[in-house]
Amino acid sequence: MRTNYRWISDVSSCCCLCFFSVSPEQIKNLHKRFQQLSDNEETISRENLEKIPALANNPIRKQIIDAFFDKRNQHQNEVGAFQEIGFEQFLMVMSHFRPPTLKTTEEEREAMRKEKLRFLFNMHDTDNDGTITLEEYRKVVEELLSKSGAIGLEAAKAIADAAMLEVASTNVPHMAPDDFYEGITFEHFEQILKGLEMESRMHIRFLDVDTMTMRCGKSKS
Amino acid sequence: MRRCGFVHLLGSVLLIGFVSSVSCEAALTGHESNHSEHEHGSSLSGIPIVTFKWHHVETPYLVALFILVSFLAKLVIEANHHVTNIIPESALLICFGFILGGIIWGADKVQTFTLTPTVFFFYLLPQVILDAGYSMPNKLFFSNMGAILVYAVIGTCWNAASLGLSLWGCHMGGAMGDLDIGLLQYLLFGSLIAAVDPVAVIAVFEQVHVNEVLFIMVFGESLLNDGVTVVLFNVFDAFVSLGGAKINAVEIIKGIISFFVVAFGGSLVGFVFGLLISLLTRCTKNIQIIEPGFVFVLGYLAYLTAEMLSLSAILSIVFCGMCCQKYINANMDENSVNTVRYAMKVFANGSETIIFVFLGISAIDKTLWVWNTGFILLTLLFVIVYRFIGVFFLTWILNKFRLVPLEVIDQVIMSYGGLRGAVAYGLAMMLDENKIKEKNLMVCTTLIVVYFTVIIQGITMKPLVTWLKVRRAAVSELTLIEKVQNKVFDHMLVAIEDISGQIGHNYMRDKWNYFEEKWMSKVLMKPSARKNRDRLFKVFHQLNLKDAMSYVAEGERRGSLEFIRNDHAYIDFKKKFDDDYYEEVMPDIMADMSDDHGEMSSGRRDPVPSVSLEMHEQNMKAVRDSEDVNTHHLLQQHLYRGRKQHRHRYSRSHFDVNKDEGEVQEVFQRTMRSRLESFKSAKMGVAPPKSLSKHPKKEQQQKMSNGKSLDKTRSYYSGDEDFEFSEGDSASGFNPSYNSMPMRVTYRAGAGIENLGFMPDLDSGPSVQLPRWLEDSSSVVPSQRAQVQLPWTPSSLRRLAPLRTSTRSTDSFMMADAPPNAQQIDLPPPPSPPASPPPPPPPHHHHM
Repeated sequence: MRTNYRWISDVSSCCCLCFFSVSPEQIKNLHKRFQQLSDNEETISRENLEKIPALANNPIRKQIIDAFFDKRNQHQNEVGAFQEIGFEQFLMVMSHFRPPTLKTTEEEREAMRKEKLRFLFNMHDTDNDGTITLEEYRKVVEELLSKSGAIGLEAAKAIADAAMLEVASTNVPHMAPDDFYEGITFEHFEQILKGLEMESRMHIRFLDVDTMTMRCGKSKS
Repeated sequence: MRRCGFVHLLGSVLLIGFVSSVSCEAALTGHESNHSEHEHGSSLSGIPIVTFKWHHVETPYLVALFILVSFLAKLVIEANHHVTNIIPESALLICFGFILGGIIWGADKVQTFTLTPTVFFFYLLPQVILDAGYSMPNKLFFSNMGAILVYAVIGTCWNAASLGLSLWGCHMGGAMGDLDIGLLQYLLFGSLIAAVDPVAVIAVFEQVHVNEVLFIMVFGESLLNDGVTVVLFNVFDAFVSLGGAKINAVEIIKGIISFFVVAFGGSLVGFVFGLLISLLTRCTKNIQIIEPGFVFVLGYLAYLTAEMLSLSAILSIVFCGMCCQKYINANMDENSVNTVRYAMKVFANGSETIIFVFLGISAIDKTLWVWNTGFILLTLLFVIVYRFIGVFFLTWILNKFRLVPLEVIDQVIMSYGGLRGAVAYGLAMMLDENKIKEKNLMVCTTLIVVYFTVIIQGITMKPLVTWLKVRRAAVSELTLIEKVQNKVFDHMLVAIEDISGQIGHNYMRDKWNYFEEKWMSKVLMKPSARKNRDRLFKVFHQLNLKDAMSYVAEGERRGSLEFIRNDHAYIDFKKKFDDDYYEEVMPDIMADMSDDHGEMSSGRRDPVPSVSLEMHEQNMKAVRDSEDVNTHHLLQQHLYRGRKQHRHRYSRSHFDVNKDEGEVQEVFQRTMRSRLESFKSAKMGVAPPKSLSKHPKKEQQQKMSNGKSLDKTRSYYSGDEDFEFSEGDSASGFNPSYNSMPMRVTYRAGAGIENLGFMPDLDSGPSVQLPRWLEDSSSVVPSQRAQVQLPWTPSSLRRLAPLRTSTRSTDSFMMADAPPNAQQIDLPPPPSPPASPPPPPPPHHHHM
């Protein structure tokens, strides 16, 4: 255990740059979780993540898990997928979900936003060709709707198509007859989602469990 | 216009003044004259033809008049946006109240129109609060619930306590001269003036459009702290009645307990009533007309029940509205939902108007005013200062816990937006004069605080927001991809939380959603409603319509049919994605739009591909909505219009339309005729003689396609000659063979032919056709097929021009399709063979 913590402090120092708002305690918490998931191994594999019971109901489970093993999310200009990831990589993926703070400057916010968008984009762009093609997008929508039951595959397809059309018509308003909209590029993606306030929404709370239950003990009445 | 309104208004003001003075005199002279008059009347002669019975109607008459005057005031105020842009409407209404009050005072020498607590709390407040609860953005509210509760509960208590204590301190220091107010009474006063008022806050914040988090903070706080302040008020009121000596620790603890019981009990009552409404609306299928009534009655009952149990009525009605909104919106018919929404707004807005006018009137009362500079100014100062301190301190604490901290600017706006309003005044009026000697001073001070906050702060709010560059709300609607992305987001956040092993906000929300989905929806929602309430679909549907609109608009911009056939991005899309995109998306729209002929749709659905039928079913709700709108529209436009034997069926319990066979037939024929008419005129518009040289290609193409489709339809429809529709058919891009290459080839082949030639046969069409329709109903079915596609004909392109600005897209489509055509009886020139030379322009052309 001891060695582990020393290692954590290494990690936290090396991750300080990318991780400026996550405190050492939070990293410790995450590390505990990491070990729990990996059965005290050094690395974590897909199977480990797929075993998480709470995840079973999540329609886009596959995409999320893929994102963890995606080399593009490691900021190292590599492509492809890991078979297993270590804690550092795990942390790196998690760092996409940190919230902005009061001290965050405009530029940092912008950078953060880009980074989060990139993560989201990568999640859609499975073949890593820089565009989300219709096929790829359809897949996501299908998965998204697959749990909804009442809605068929065809409908999902139609929705994806309509969404794609929408993107095309907003980004390339005057399309020549023979133009072909290849798919959503990152720039377009950014353009479309600029209303979503990504930087302040795409985050989770890295705290320990006690405070969480306290805060969320409220219900509707 | 404005002046006219003002004169009118003045007239009614004078009238009301007169009326009230009359009533007053009558009241003063009393029974005697009344009685003798009565006797006199009865003994004089037999039956009086007309009698003037003012006392008989006095109260309701005055109420109605007062409401009318308030509304007219609003009308005048809203007539000029230059003023309301600077001064908020609420402030103007209060000022109007001053004037009105002055007039009444001048006439009566006594203020007959004051706002009594009973009227305010029983008849004016509930609907405002219910509306607020009903239109509360639940998700936003619950995700900021913690902060809102902190502000509403702790903030209000802080305001009340600090204000009371400070005033008491100043009193002890001798700042106010000789006043008979004890510490408890100061606290009581503090508690009544502590709460930010939802009516005033909404009225001001509605006009500034701040970002949604800030809005929900201020809005949620103001709603909840009203409940809190009433509870506090009652507790302190009880303390005051008890007297300072008898208060010991036990009583204080009891007070605190009662505070929580009252607040949570009230919320619970509201919750129960909300569930009750949801359950009831599940089974109101057969009484759709009074369905919306349940919402109002039960909402009001929730309020009264809580009041009866001495729980917090305001919290009760807020939660009632919040709980039921989702289920009733899904359960009830779309029309009923609209009715509820609209009626809710009418009531809320109306009573808001009345409240502000009342607030203004109340000031003009000599008996009320007691001036104590120290007390009033100190109160004003403390109210503002403590509000700022409270907000900043609480936010400082909250920001330690909040993921997205509130910015300083937001805090300033929140503090500054602490407007006091009618609730404080109502509570002040409830004070017992026997127990609190300085009641009038308190009422005055409350009024001054209300005026100051609503008028001064209300006016300066907008410049402040602009000056501080507060983040405004994004006004754009969500696009489909954003919706999809939002869903992805939700799931992703939950998943990440799962992976990181934290029970977080998203986790709780997910669990709640799951529970809600599994149990509450099952119990409270109609099964049919549950199936199709996915929001994605709603947007998808809207998007379809939007696409259609832009498609049509584009066609109109290019001013021709050609564009539809050849070079459009959508068609391009179809080509590229080559998986019958059109069949999926477009027919859905068409099915929608053509559903106004729902009664005779048996044959119609065939041409709609199966996929879109599926969509159609899932989309039933939305479709039904537009269908209803469309049906009504169509019927208004066409049903027996201009006929003498206008048959109007009155039914109190049904709002539906006549469904007689004959009438349907009639409607159909009329529609067809009008469509033909408009189609032809559109044709003419497309091809006016002088533009011929400009667009030769287009014209030729039209001709060719026309000829071609003529043949086709003939073969399809076995002699039914309404080829115009098949023309529309091909134009819609529905039938791919028409707009693809072969067409162009034929067009090349036929190039150079002068093209007015095809006009006459268009004209001849209806005159040939109409008798046949009249005598033979079997021909209806094939034409319907054509009708499905009609919205895509150039006729609608043309007709859409003046209507495109209208907000309801479905509506404008229908209007485009169904022009009011009374003059189509005088039908076209005699039939001529298709190949005949160009005739003179048809006579009815200049109708358009």
